Order: sequence, then C-alpha cells, then structure tokens
Amino acid sequence: MQQSVAFCVKSQATMAAIQITNVEKSYKSLRALGGVSLSIEEGEFFGLLGPNGAGKTTLISIIAGLSRPDSGSVAIHGYDVARDYREARKRLGVVPQELVFDPFFSVRETLRMQSGYFGLKNNDQWIDEVMHHLDLTNKADANMRSLSGGMKRRVLVAQALVHKPPVIVLDEPTAGVDVELRQTLWKFVSRLNREGHTVVLTTHYLEEAQALCNRIAMLKAGKVVALDSTAALIKRISGSQLIVRLAQGKLPDVLKPLVLHVDELAGGNEFALRVSDYAEIEPILVKLREAGAVIEDMQLQQADLEDVFIQIMEGEK
Amino acid sequence: MTGFQTLFYKEVLRFWKVATQTITAPIVTAMLYLLIFGHVLEAHVQVYPGVRYTAFLIPGLVMMSVLQNAFANTSSSLIQSKITGNLVFVLLPPLSHWDLFGAYVLAAVVRGLTVGAGVFIVTAWFAKLTFVAPVWILVFSVLGAAMLATMGLIAGIWAEKFDQLAAFQNFLIMPATFLSGVFYSIHSLPPFWQAVSHINPFFYMIDGFRYGFFGQSDVNPLLSFAIVAVFFAIIARLAIHLLKSGYKLRH
Repeated sequence: MQQSVAFCVKSQATMAAIQITNVEKSYKSLRALGGVSLSIEEGEFFGLLGPNGAGKTTLISIIAGLSRPDSGSVAIHGYDVARDYREARKRLGVVPQELVFDPFFSVRETLRMQSGYFGLKNNDQWIDEVMHHLDLTNKADANMRSLSGGMKRRVLVAQALVHKPPVIVLDEPTAGVDVELRQTLWKFVSRLNREGHTVVLTTHYLEEAQALCNRIAMLKAGKVVALDSTAALIKRISGSQLIVRLAQGKLPDVLKPLVLHVDELAGGNEFALRVSDYAEIEPILVKLREAGAVIEDMQLQQADLEDVFIQIMEGEK
Repeated sequence: MTGFQTLFYKEVLRFWKVATQTITAPIVTAMLYLLIFGHVLEAHVQVYPGVRYTAFLIPGLVMMSVLQNAFANTSSSLIQSKITGNLVFVLLPPLSHWDLFGAYVLAAVVRGLTVGAGVFIVTAWFAKLTFVAPVWILVFSVLGAAMLATMGLIAGIWAEKFDQLAAFQNFLIMPATFLSGVFYSIHSLPPFWQAVSHINPFFYMIDGFRYGFFGQSDVNPLLSFAIVAVFFAIIARLAIHLLKSGYKLRH
C-alpha cells in the first residue's frame, strides 16, 4: 500500500504527456518495435519520423490502444493505456493514417456521434468551431460518401478533436492531400499547440516536421535511432551542400570524399558536395575545371532535416 | 448522451437508414414463406389439436425473423466496420467492453423485434391467433433476439472477411433455425432427428415463444426458458471476454 502511494506521487510529479516505456511488439516473425522508450512532454510539438515500416504506425496504434504491446507500457498524462484506458483515451485524439469513414452518416452526424462516444453532451458549439477551422462548414450536411479524399481527411482530423483532447496524435495527416488543406491543417494544429495541446506528428514531408516540431525522434526497424531537438539534429550536419550538375566530364577522384549524395534521377551527373565554408567553393570549381568538367547548374544549400534524416538512416544500415 | 447510448443510437440509426433492406425485405420473405407453406400444407398438417397449420406457422415465422435479423445486425455491422476500417471510431473512445456489448446487442434486439412485429402484423390476418401467455411471448422474443445478437457479435469479431461470416450464417445459423420446429412440431420427426433437435437451443426459443400463443408446446416453457437463459449467459460471457481481451479487434 505504501509503495503504491509513493508510486502515484512520483508518477504525478514526473508526468509526461505520453510516456512510452520499453515497448516491444512483434507480428509473427516480424519485429515491429524493439524496445522503444520515449517521453513526450506536455506542450511539445513532437515529430516521429522514419522510413516506411520503421514502426511509427505500430507505435501510434499502441499509444491509441488499437494494438497491445508484447511488453512495456504507455501512459497518457500518467494514465496507463491498458489499465486506465478510459482516462487515457479521454485525453487522446488520434487521426489515423487510413482514410476511413462511416458511409451511413453526414459530416455533422459523424462528429456528433464521435462526440457522444466520449460522453459529451451539447457539444455543437465546439463541433461548429472545428468544422469552421477545417473549412468543413459548407459540407456539414453532406454524406461522407460524397466527399473527396481531402475532405474526408479533414473530417478525420475533426473527429480526433471533438473531445478537445490535450494530446493529439496525427499519423501522416497530409499524405496525398493538397497544399490548401496542409496549410489549413497546420494553422489549426499550431494554434492548438500554442494553446497548450501536445501534438505528435508522423510525416514523410520532412520540411513540415522541420517547420513545426520542436523535438524529433527518428525510428528505424523498430528502434529509436535519434532523439533530439530539431535544431540540435540539424546542427549535427555542419555546413552546407554544394549541388553541381555536370554537362560534360566526370567528377574528379579528388572530390569524391566530399560527395554526400549522387542524384540518380539526374542520370548520375548531379552531386551534393559537403562544404563547411564559402572559401571551399573556389578550390572545388578549380578542380572541376582542371578535370575538364563543364558545370550545367550549381547551387548552394543549407543543411536541413532531410540531410540529417538521410545521414542517420544511411548510418544505421 | 453517454458513450453507450451514442453507440446504441448509432447502431439503430445504421439499420434504420437502410430500412428497405433491413426491415421491409425480411418481412416480405416471411410473408412468402407463409403464403407458400401455408397454402401447400394447410390441408395436410395439424400439429396441435384445434390449431390450424397457418396459425401454427405464424409464431414460428415471427420468431425466425426475430432471430435471423438480430444475428444479421450485429454481425454485419461489425464485419463492415472491420473491413472498411471505421471500427477505429469505436475503438478509440473510452467505451468499455460492457458498453460495446450492451449497445451492439440492444440495437440488434430492437431490429429483431421490429422485424418480428412487422412479420406478425402482416401475417396475423391469415389466421385466427390466440395469446394464452403474452409474457412468455415477450420473454422468449427478447431473450432469443439477445442470444442471436450475441452470436452475431461473436461471428462479427471472429470473421475477417464476408466469406467467413457467410459460412457461419449458412452452416450454423440457418440449419439451426430451420431444424428448430419453425415449420413443424419436432414430434413429427424420426427419433434421431428429435434427439438432435433437443440439443438445438433454437428449438427451445421457438417452442417457448409458440407456447405464449397457444398454451401448447413440445416442452414445458419453464424448462425452455431455463435452457435458453443458461445458453445466453454462456455466450454472453464469451462475447464479453472477447471484447475485453481485444481478440481480433485490438491486434
């Protein structure tokens, strides 16, 4: 008894928005998650990145209670998602990756229904506000079947927000949607984050993650391979990249150690070279000229999250 | 509304919005059974003394419709939600296994009883019916609907595709319904099939239900009630266990 009281006090004091402790999950012979531990603090905009099959969706399913871990635990605001599932789920809003909908109902019916599942009465004011922010108001009475993919995606987001959850998890919410929705969505989600909601995001658009997330975890083959603030992750790659596309000739051997990436789509003639200082550019150009190479196009790029992502993922091969 | 009430309301709305398929169609089917079997067998069969065959058939058809539609409601709702993926809307909120069980089963009972009432209204014109023990009519129809709704729930949880659900329906539910004495008294069967019928819980539901109309039955209605209630308790426990464990729902 003494012990459990002490544990409660401790868990209150160190309560994270999402506490993931040593979660393991396998599907038959496939090890989807191999001991993931993460602590996402209240008010964070947290990015969960990784290639397809890295285990992001499995982890989100476990957070949401849609999957059960083989071992380990997840708590939302201190409430275990299996043991205290009612309290945990009240605090969590999840936008699933799959574009799912109930064909029997209109947008408003869908949102009222979802609201009711959380035991909320008279929630129309908030439902109207969510629909307004997601540009759904003029589709309120349209049947879900008649909506375009982008509109269905907006409804999924709205459904996740009907109960004003303090923790919002978005699993690739912008996959295959147009620029307008992305902007509408990020404006709204950023506002919610500023108001104190914790947001967890998975996306393949790394520029989105870079712009929005204050902290990022990278997952590969079911393990966390990087976990840091977005700024610190980008700092890991010092300097910039000089992108040169050659019209004629080949890259001289002496420059090959600087190559970060060869763009195969450009026929193998476009190279990203590491430069840590502007002063390094001139010698590179000299060496290219000496080797008889003719430059077709050239640009200098600052390092971004994508470079870090590629470097970390390749480094983990 | 609570989560349970909302899910119940949604499940009722789901079948109500497609009432042609979920209510009118089974009523028409039952009507056809009555017209054909009633016409062919009226002159040849008398099961209970003083009760015409058409009158005997009507409660059987009503109960068969109640049972089949209660089963269809839970099973089709679950399999559709699983296959289209929208079951997540129910799995993400803080609904307990009791909420899920109660809401799905109760909505299916409403559909079963609605169809049953519809079948009764359109068929009752064809024969003079008596209501010797209306409480038994109510008890067996509600309990039977709840039992089949629970079986539908289990089938819906277990099945991963429509094909598997169809197998459950065609190889288990349909034979059990047809071999339960809807169209005949089991006393007219050879001893072997009589014995088989006695281990079919559907037989007790229909027999007890019919007792409510005519005051005559193959088995004492109290015994039928006890058997149906015990069977319901067993499968309800199984369904709740499946929902609680997340079997095939939370992977």
